[in-house]
Amino acid sequence: MTAVNLPPEVPADIQPGDAVRPGRPVHVSRYTLAARINHWITAISLVALALSGMALFTPRLFFLTGLFGGGQWTRTLHPWIGVVLFCSFAILFVRFWRANLPARVDVTWLAHANDLLAGREEKMPEVGKYNAGQKGVFWAMSALIIVLIVSGIVMWDQYFYDLTTIPQKRVAILVHAMAAVVIICVWIVHVYAAIWVKGTMGAMTRGEVTGGWAWRHHRKWLRELVSRKPRAPAE
Amino acid sequence: MFPPIPNPSVSPDAAKPRFGEKDIMRRSASEVTPPAQRLTEVAKLIDVSKCIGCKACQAACLEWNNLTEEIGFNHGVYENPMDLTPNTFTLMRFTEWENPETENLEWLIRKDGCMHCEDPGCLKACPAPGAIVQYSNGIVDFQHENCIGCGYCIKGCPFNIPRISKVDHTAYKCTLCSDRVAVGQGPACQKACPTQAIVFGTKQEMKDWADFRIKDLKSRGFENAGLYDPQGVGGTHVMYVLHHADQPSIYANLPDNPRISPIVDAWKGVTKYVGLAAMGFAAAAGFLHYVVAGPNRVTAEDEENAEKLTEGKGPAKGPPSAPPPAPPSGPAGHEGRAT
Ligand code: HEM
Ligand code: SF4
Ligand code: SF4
Repeated sequence: MTAVNLPPEVPADIQPGDAVRPGRPVHVSRYTLAARINHWITAISLVALALSGMALFTPRLFFLTGLFGGGQWTRTLHPWIGVVLFCSFAILFVRFWRANLPARVDVTWLAHANDLLAGREEKMPEVGKYNAGQKGVFWAMSALIIVLIVSGIVMWDQYFYDLTTIPQKRVAILVHAMAAVVIICVWIVHVYAAIWVKGTMGAMTRGEVTGGWAWRHHRKWLRELVSRKPRAPAE
Repeated sequence: MFPPIPNPSVSPDAAKPRFGEKDIMRRSASEVTPPAQRLTEVAKLIDVSKCIGCKACQAACLEWNNLTEEIGFNHGVYENPMDLTPNTFTLMRFTEWENPETENLEWLIRKDGCMHCEDPGCLKACPAPGAIVQYSNGIVDFQHENCIGCGYCIKGCPFNIPRISKVDHTAYKCTLCSDRVAVGQGPACQKACPTQAIVFGTKQEMKDWADFRIKDLKSRGFENAGLYDPQGVGGTHVMYVLHHADQPSIYANLPDNPRISPIVDAWKGVTKYVGLAAMGFAAAAGFLHYVVAGPNRVTAEDEENAEKLTEGKGPAKGPPSAPPPAPPSGPAGHEGRAT
């Protein structure tokens, strides 16, 4: 039924719901409603975690606790939002991981990353549903969220104080703070890519991109979709 | 005998606090200009060799601070409760130690509690402005209305002292009876001690008194008697006279060389600067790139190519078997295969 059972027929980067609708312009479905809701829950919790975490990270941003109802509430809510993020991302991971498996083309793509940034898109190789940059964001987020939840639980004194020693908690908080910095940087890259590459937002709002967008940025994926049935995914 | 602190005067001006807001030398998560003139440093001296383990101090602490410890269990040892708690700011810790030189069993009793460090790790770690303050007389005090209960102070403290209350979710520890000291009294524990194992005064008086005690101990054969005023935390405002000052850790794990953990230093120091710089750099790089390179727009040509591709291949062309060979080896030309 899904790609898992039909590896030779359905390329790994074609996901349930991906489809092309001919027209002017061509419409390409990229994310199902469920995937979008899943994504936005993840996104909102990540931003809330970054804000509440940063409030404790540096006194200059302590005022951000006001967004969460004060310091005590920030301290209480942050780990719980972390649990929401973890669960939500876990579902997202199951949805997206196959399409994010590394491919040979990723190496070529990375070698031409400078051309992309300089606007010489025509020099880029044809890529599937995700390019190497997107895959990097995906795997970085996956790894960092695991690091953050593990270190976060070690620091979650209200429930887990007795599980670890104080020296362990010190390591955990250092790791947590560093991982938080890295994940926020990854998040900035991710959001910037979505802003810079026009037409991308539609993928996560309406679930659709135009054919031109797919042609320009994910031509291999578009070809795969076109060479399959245009509408209903193979059953 | 050390001259006892006289009973409080009943005259109204004696109630005027001797130190307060204006004497704050450090304030957690805040920049303060330290007062131009530092108050005379105070200190509490705990002479372990004089302590009889009666726990009058522990009881006096509960009483003065209006605390009630939960009814616990008898674990068959003298410690009760087994650790510091949000209600037990001070705890008598008992160690049975066999002296390898004399083969004597020594019963070591140490009054555990906040050391009122000159360089307090709790204050350094605390993220909440004003939840921990240090007065220029050396007292480190927690301000519960500003505390958010995060427990960072626990990670910062080299002595494992603060505890978070499950009731109001704020951190508690010994205040050095800042309220009593402010009106010229000694701490409640000091007042209650029947043997003068606990004395209180200026830091200098306490050091002098400790010298006298150490000389006495040495004359009685305790060659290693000495003062515990660890310099790794800049000295403390609670000090011990130890008969085995060469090995503090035999006294229920009193740290031999306490200092703020290097991990805490890294976390509260370089991580903050590098972290903020990295995030700022990422955001600035994005902004600059946008300004310089401009947005990456889909062209009309891209749309046309996509239309040709979809129409050219038409709906359901053949079985969806082999996807078009991916030609990743080289840059794909703009005209592609679709035209
Ligand atoms: C995934 C599950 C997570 C858990 C269980 C968790 C838990 C915690 C806990 C317990 C604290 C201590 C303060 C408090 O008690 O509220 C904390 C601090 C913090 N968290 Fe998280 N967190 C998680 C995810 C995240 C994420 C995704 C970010 C960043 C986007 C983040 C950023 C921070 C930061 C910056 C701090 C402050 C560290 C410091 O003061 O140096 N956390 N977290
Ligand atoms: S729990 Fe400790 S570190 Fe956290 S705000 Fe309260 S005093 Fe500061
Ligand atoms: S002993 Fe711990 S709680 Fe007391 S002042 Fe030093 S660091 Fe703070």
